[in-house]
Amino acid sequence: MLIKRPSDIPSSEITPESVYRNRRTFLKTAAIMTAGTAAAFALPRFSEPQDPHYRRPPAGPFNTDEDLTSYKDITTYNNFYEFGTDKDDPSEYAGSLKPRPWKVRVDGEVEKAGLYDLDDLLKGISQEDRVYRLRCVEGWSMVIPWLGFPISVLLKRFQPTSRAKYVEFTTLNDPQQMPGLSRPVLDWPYVEGLRIDEAMHPLAIFAVGLYGKQLPNQNGAPLRIVVPWKYGFKSCKSIVRIRLTEKEPLPTWVRAAPHEYGFYSNVNPDVDHPRWSQKFERRIGEFRKRRTQLFNGYGEQVAGLYAGMDLRKHF
Amino acid sequence: MTSLTRTGFLPVTSSKYVRFIFKPLVLVACLLPCFWLGWNWYHDNLSANPIDDVTDTTGTWTLRFLMITLAITPVRRISGWNRLLQFRRMIGLFAFLYGTLHLFTYLYLDQFFLWEEILADIPKRPFITVGFLSFVLMIPLAATSTDRITKWIGGKRWNRLHKLVYVTAIGGVIHYLWLVKADLQRPLIYGGILALLLGVRLWYALKPFLVGRMKREGARNEVAGG
Repeated sequence: MLIKRPSDIPSSEITPESVYRNRRTFLKTAAIMTAGTAAAFALPRFSEPQDPHYRRPPAGPFNTDEDLTSYKDITTYNNFYEFGTDKDDPSEYAGSLKPRPWKVRVDGEVEKAGLYDLDDLLKGISQEDRVYRLRCVEGWSMVIPWLGFPISVLLKRFQPTSRAKYVEFTTLNDPQQMPGLSRPVLDWPYVEGLRIDEAMHPLAIFAVGLYGKQLPNQNGAPLRIVVPWKYGFKSCKSIVRIRLTEKEPLPTWVRAAPHEYGFYSNVNPDVDHPRWSQKFERRIGEFRKRRTQLFNGYGEQVAGLYAGMDLRKHF
Repeated sequence: MTSLTRTGFLPVTSSKYVRFIFKPLVLVACLLPCFWLGWNWYHDNLSANPIDDVTDTTGTWTLRFLMITLAITPVRRISGWNRLLQFRRMIGLFAFLYGTLHLFTYLYLDQFFLWEEILADIPKRPFITVGFLSFVLMIPLAATSTDRITKWIGGKRWNRLHKLVYVTAIGGVIHYLWLVKADLQRPLIYGGILALLLGVRLWYALKPFLVGRMKREGARNEVAGG
């Protein structure tokens, strides 16, 4: 190709002719890449084989019959900032957590306060499978087969006093075991709380396992709660302290951003996060988004807890 | 044009090397994030939420290409390596390409072209508003990237128009800053790099005045002292 270059234009204002050719290559490649990327999006995602050894419980009020999220996805896509803020940080760095021996401090408005060994606490408690939906405040969701027992079973043992109106849970705060704690992303330790009637609800559980196996560290070993009608961050992990209180606890996310996170944080498609919509969610493993359900689909069981409350105000 | 050296090889800095070797290399390098995404998507190596990975990767690379584009002028000035300028358009267009992919990920994979939702979403969510406007400001820059249009507009006006890239870059960093939940580290790193790149420009713009004034003051002091 011949390109004439008039001599009266300063060379600094002219892009060399090589760019002509280059731009064509660029445009061509860009078109191919865009088409290729579009094609990649159109491909169906290969679904993971689910754990063949796991036999899920029959469907019922405590067990959804929806497709389970794969073990791999549940254990590699986590929000657990104590190990880092990327989704793959917990599975990468949670190896340093030592889930045994494990002590849990129980205090506040209880008759039987004390420092308990977890294995002693778990003695005589029968564990059951619970297949729950989990909805993250970020807009994705999973279906997870937990192994655990109702929170009420354990709480009753400590004999809450008549002044116990709330339960506060605290996550381990040990930078030796949790490398993410060395950065002040949140005001450590991580604290969450429930109203006592929420905690005593049969759907609210302590989980110690997943897919019938021991709970992996990145999922909150050795002891976490699961409150399926609330956003995932309410389900406090690797719990070292259970405190019963008369006053409403101040959860970590509420402290960090009070206008974005409320104490209740019930899943609610009609109350947006100030920065993004909560109307839809992407079920992990699925391509299209689905509509988010009020109370994450557990409304029939839990709506009574909030009778007469303005869910927009108490978000 | 470049003449052959005695050994029959072109000097490495010749424009032919730029055209046939360096530019294709840079082009392929700029496409690597795309290939990386496609490859890992196909082999199921992305996270459990691959669509989020696509959103993150395309967004991050838009910002990175913007930063690289903005780094070319300062680096050229400091190093004196003027040929760098020949890569600026290509890299700038790649910022636009990745920005386009990022926007389409949002429109299609996040919102599934539900225009009512999208039109409500863009003004309602500040981080989306800023991100969208930053993208829109790139359109005239990409559209005026050909030599013919540049000549038609005239170098000076073209230069002034392309200052819009500063607004896009600032908007991009704010978009990132406003979308993270708690961990501001990465957006702040981009903010720092951008501040540096714009600071260098400010320095070059103010230097003649500052130096002039210092000289004048120096002269006055001398007079006063003498």
